[in-house]
Amino acid sequence: MAYDKFNVLNSTVVPLSTENVDTDQIIPARFLKATERVGFGDNLFRDWRYDSEGNPKEDFVLNDPTYSGKILLAGKNFGSGSSREHAVWAIYDYGFRCVVSSFFADIFKNNCLNIGVLPVTVSSDFADDLFKAVEENPQVQVEVDIEMQTITLVSTGRSESFDINPYKKSNMQNGFDDIDYLLNIKEEIKDFATGRQ
Amino acid sequence: MEKKTLFDKIWDDHVVKQVEKGPDVLFIDKHFIHEVTSPVAFLGLEQRGASVLFPEKTIATPDHNVPTVDQEKTIKDKLSRMQVDRLRDNCSRHGIELHDLGSAHHGIVHVIGPELGVTQPGMTIVCGDSHTSTHGAFGAIAFGIGTSEVEMVLATQCIMQTKAKKMRITVDGQIGPGITSKDIILYVIAQISSSGGTGYFIEYAGSAITSLSMEARMTICNMSIEMGARGGLIAPDQTTFDYLKGKRYSPKGEEWDHAVAKWQDLHTDEGAEFDVEYHFAAEDIEPMITYGTNPGMGVKVRGNIPTGTDLEGSNKKSYIKALDYMGFQPGESLRGKKIDYVFVGSCTNGRIEDLRAVAEFVKGKQKAENITAWIVPGSKEVEKLAHEEGLVAILEEAGFKLRQPGCSACLAMNDDKIPSGKYAVSTSNRNFEGRQGPGSRTLLASPLTVAAVAITGEITDPRDLLLIEEEYGVR
Ligand code: SF4
Repeated sequence: MAYDKFNVLNSTVVPLSTENVDTDQIIPARFLKATERVGFGDNLFRDWRYDSEGNPKEDFVLNDPTYSGKILLAGKNFGSGSSREHAVWAIYDYGFRCVVSSFFADIFKNNCLNIGVLPVTVSSDFADDLFKAVEENPQVQVEVDIEMQTITLVSTGRSESFDINPYKKSNMQNGFDDIDYLLNIKEEIKDFATGRQ
Repeated sequence: MEKKTLFDKIWDDHVVKQVEKGPDVLFIDKHFIHEVTSPVAFLGLEQRGASVLFPEKTIATPDHNVPTVDQEKTIKDKLSRMQVDRLRDNCSRHGIELHDLGSAHHGIVHVIGPELGVTQPGMTIVCGDSHTSTHGAFGAIAFGIGTSEVEMVLATQCIMQTKAKKMRITVDGQIGPGITSKDIILYVIAQISSSGGTGYFIEYAGSAITSLSMEARMTICNMSIEMGARGGLIAPDQTTFDYLKGKRYSPKGEEWDHAVAKWQDLHTDEGAEFDVEYHFAAEDIEPMITYGTNPGMGVKVRGNIPTGTDLEGSNKKSYIKALDYMGFQPGESLRGKKIDYVFVGSCTNGRIEDLRAVAEFVKGKQKAENITAWIVPGSKEVEKLAHEEGLVAILEEAGFKLRQPGCSACLAMNDDKIPSGKYAVSTSNRNFEGRQGPGSRTLLASPLTVAAVAITGEITDPRDLLLIEEEYGVR
């Protein structure tokens, strides 16, 4: 599935400090019944966002008009549990392009990179700083530069570099995915398969 | 010669190519698909104009959202029906083997793979489901993938991943009576935490592991993901070979001998290095139960909920949030708490051995009145054996009814939902908020503990009913 190229992202931040957010919270199982990839953003954090009657819960951050932006600032161990890629679709469809956390679950991070959401792992110290800055001023800007591999809190200039695999980086910058790459080496794969028999 | 771990041996054997400064292109031997994470993958495939490269290497079954009553009738829920129909359609169009509802080998994908002998030592196995790690019990590299990767495997039979780090967890000794492999893994997760395995592939070793049956080993590997690990595996041995012999897709005749000879090399070389090692003693393990909202929040059934006084900052907040959700107090004891539902099933504990254990345990006893019990076999094969072995009769006598195979209340995508605020003690693998239905409160435990709870109606150490108190002493 093609996605938008990622270069420099300058945005305000939506803070969600809860730790160990599993993908069942990001998108509950009952919303996985789609046969197409549409409408997932509406059900992002469904049970935290709406009560059982479907009314928005005021105290949940996505319902708070103070916060908006394309960057989700998340607590430690984000995206654990089920491998459902739907969790990342929901994040992407809702309008986030980048998730920042001091620790990501493995499959989740992989899924992000596969569909064009940039997972940025920062030190817990830097994450704390970001949370504080957003709490003090919800309009605070954060810049994520994939080429330089840096994330910067624009107001203070504090910056940290993050890791990304060079191959994944170039994919993100070009809007490519792994399937494009693999289809190009299909003959090699077939030879490998024949060799194994 | 370079000393390799079991994981290295299998991984290295499947690398088609290494991308410069990038991930490995890993060849996949077997791919399982189900109705929930595959439709969008097929759609993507068609949009690209690609086809399925090796249809014979993929096997399908509908399990996640199927009803567990009246399976022979049309599925009532429209969206579930559409997903199952789409799976059928995709399989027939692309020539993929489907084990459909009602057929002899229908069931939860991680239960039928081993039953059919599709899962074999030395393989790479993936599925769009995180509990694919189950298949690691056979000495295979097996792990869950996202839908993009499902599309990738359909189109190219490969995925691109960087090799995980290596962890070994050794459990030595013998577990006592009334204690199962579920307790071992819940204990390990409580020690390592629900994120402690992130970035690793785990090899389980030690006498407490090698003495387990295949079913029990699958329970262990199944829950590797609950530590955040990508997967877990156990070196194949005679137990593995005995299990596989004669299975539908197991090698036959001379090929069998060849295969076994090859499989015997699948073990970690003496002196091979792991990035991290843990050692546990089986004697320290007792029946376990979770009290919180991730599988790492587990304690002995006889124990108390931690007081949390040593926690600070965000850890404290998460801890309080979890207890709030569960309606529990810090430091309180769990034994004796009233429970509303029990669930026996899932790819963790829905195999025949689990049903045998439950049936044997409840034989001659009666289900407590306050308990609603759902017993869901992991597959058609398990259901059939349960009838043949007389387990169903025993269960019915004790007041239980067997439902039809599927994932059921493990993730509550079908009608099997625990109502909001109710307590369920469950043999499944996840106790996340709302996992078993919006507002449901899940406590994970072994089939024996669940059976004990079903009888008494409250949280109970199964050993209390087994009357073996004098053997293990009261701790
Ligand atoms: S039983 Fe539960 S954990 Fe296993 S495959 Fe089904 S939903 Fe996933």
